[in-house]
Amino acid sequence: MDWIFLSELAINGALTGLLYSLFAIGLVLIYKASSVPNLAQGGLTMVGAYVVLALSHDAGLPLWLAIPLAAVIMFGLGFGIERVALRRLAGRPVVMILMMTLGLDIFLRGTTLAIWGGTSRSMELGVSYDPLFLGDIFVSRIHLVGAGVAIGLFVAFMLFFRSRTGIKLRAIADDYMASWSVGISVERGVGLSWALASVVAVAAGVIWGEIQGVDQALSLLLLKGLTVAVLGGLDSILGAVVAGIILGIIENVGSDFLDPLVGGGSRELIVAAVLILTVMIRPHGLFGRHDIERV
Amino acid sequence: MFYRLSGVHHANYVSDSRIFKVPADRNLAIFIFLFGLAAPFLLPSLYLNSYMLPWLIWTAAALGLNLVTGWAGQLHLGYAAVMAVGAYSAIHAARFGVPWEFALIIGGLASSVIGSLFAFAALRVKGLYLALTTLAMQFVMDWVLTHSPAISGGSHASLQSPTLALLGQDITSDTGYYYVAFGWCVLVTIFMLNLKRTGLGRALVAVREKDFAAAILGVNSFYYKILAFAASSFIAGVSGALLVATFFFLAAPEQFSVAVSIQVLAMVIVGGLGSIIGSYLGVALILLVPGLVNGIVAGGSQSLGMQINVETLAHIPNAVYGALIVIILLIEPLGLGKLYGNIRDYLMVWPFDQLRK
Repeated sequence: MDWIFLSELAINGALTGLLYSLFAIGLVLIYKASSVPNLAQGGLTMVGAYVVLALSHDAGLPLWLAIPLAAVIMFGLGFGIERVALRRLAGRPVVMILMMTLGLDIFLRGTTLAIWGGTSRSMELGVSYDPLFLGDIFVSRIHLVGAGVAIGLFVAFMLFFRSRTGIKLRAIADDYMASWSVGISVERGVGLSWALASVVAVAAGVIWGEIQGVDQALSLLLLKGLTVAVLGGLDSILGAVVAGIILGIIENVGSDFLDPLVGGGSRELIVAAVLILTVMIRPHGLFGRHDIERV
Repeated sequence: MFYRLSGVHHANYVSDSRIFKVPADRNLAIFIFLFGLAAPFLLPSLYLNSYMLPWLIWTAAALGLNLVTGWAGQLHLGYAAVMAVGAYSAIHAARFGVPWEFALIIGGLASSVIGSLFAFAALRVKGLYLALTTLAMQFVMDWVLTHSPAISGGSHASLQSPTLALLGQDITSDTGYYYVAFGWCVLVTIFMLNLKRTGLGRALVAVREKDFAAAILGVNSFYYKILAFAASSFIAGVSGALLVATFFFLAAPEQFSVAVSIQVLAMVIVGGLGSIIGSYLGVALILLVPGLVNGIVAGGSQSLGMQINVETLAHIPNAVYGALIVIILLIEPLGLGKLYGNIRDYLMVWPFDQLRK
């Protein structure tokens, strides 16, 4: 095996993995605050990408204005979704909450496509498609930008969790009954976590929309996002970043080995296998808390 | 009113453990059964084949998922994969020359074996993590189906189903297909109705409510979980096989994708966990209403003289389908079965209202 080729696979895998982390961070934010597994994150990402497109291409705003504006709109949407749909289900069995997020996902996807149509559109961020060579290693520029955004968001959230509001969110994640009793508005905190996850969805939507085009396939990234979130521990943002890198490397290097053996397309298989093995061996993930109820 | 309890006395255990304790319930069931029998003579064949038939088969499938999710309390997001196993094994068996009666049973048994694999995940984790594992298993199964031409039928990835023949009769007419689906749905319904009267059903409910409490009562929760998965997978397998044999006529991997798993789970939850009439209502709502709304929107926009994009029209059913799930869960998280139960409870003591809680 050629070492340069292998490290190229690993580095590009890690960069792709950091893009999965963009997804996983959104999932983790919501799970941390309210123990809700947000399977609608794929739908939210799609909406985020389409809103950016609608503002920039249809309304003619420049991208640097369209993206923050879209983030503001999605902030409101996330807040609204929590207020209307999720708050009334608080305390219900997980199967209903799961179904609610799945229903939201289907609804968001259907509505987005009904409004803007299903043909794939491009984001046109203006990042050059020319390959970038680091020594002998070929790296895709847009993946590098995306990885930078993921790490930037991670740092931003680390700082945010040190602020007053962030500490409130951490308290809610820790024990919402106790938070309630000291006067923290748990409802507002959970709503805020949904709003922040929706803002993260804009970032994921923009980067992934640039990579693979803005269409329905954006919501299919959910399985990878979920796997990253579970592998890192569903309530750890650091876990989401580290697990993203790990999954990206495993996926890229592993599929290179496996593809010739099974005739291609082994990426999905590797991701599913990682998810199953994580849940079977270490359900709380790499950095998650140990309070998972086993049978 | 209709559900009057007056004059209904259960003086011995046999009468107290009847399936229908209230005469009105029994009459309603008999009425629905007779309507189902007479449907081919009452409905035009378009409605029979494109609405009634899929409704009945999906109801049978949803009842199977209800057994594992509603009764045994185990989340299952890989149900379509189990249906696919049944469908493909039955059709391969039938193509090989096995009579259809046995082919269907082979399909069911093959599903049971694979479905029990899902149960081993359930032995280790539960709740959200079980849902994620079964979801991942569904992806693995999808991958196996699309990547093995020996199973999925070559380059076009579709497998022609041979002519359905039961008890020596070739079944080719619309009415025939309908009665096959009707018969299977009735069988599954009778099984599910009886389930709550048996020790098995009570054991499953005990496992659902609290598995270690059940263990203290002497219920082996491992055994009953595997049993629940195996039984529901058998129902899934036969339903999947019948779906292909009487409705699609052609098996393709997309018919059993993740979206279908989510759809069956939506049917069960919208219908109500553990509710049999709820499963019927849930399937009807999820399967039929989105198309209906689409028709209304298309017709309405035409009569109003508005132009609606073709692409918009194509995606409206999906949006409606998602909205239905959200709305039903907001109105009544326990589903349509519970809504029906509320009405029934109210009528039971009408004109008084002491049963209302």
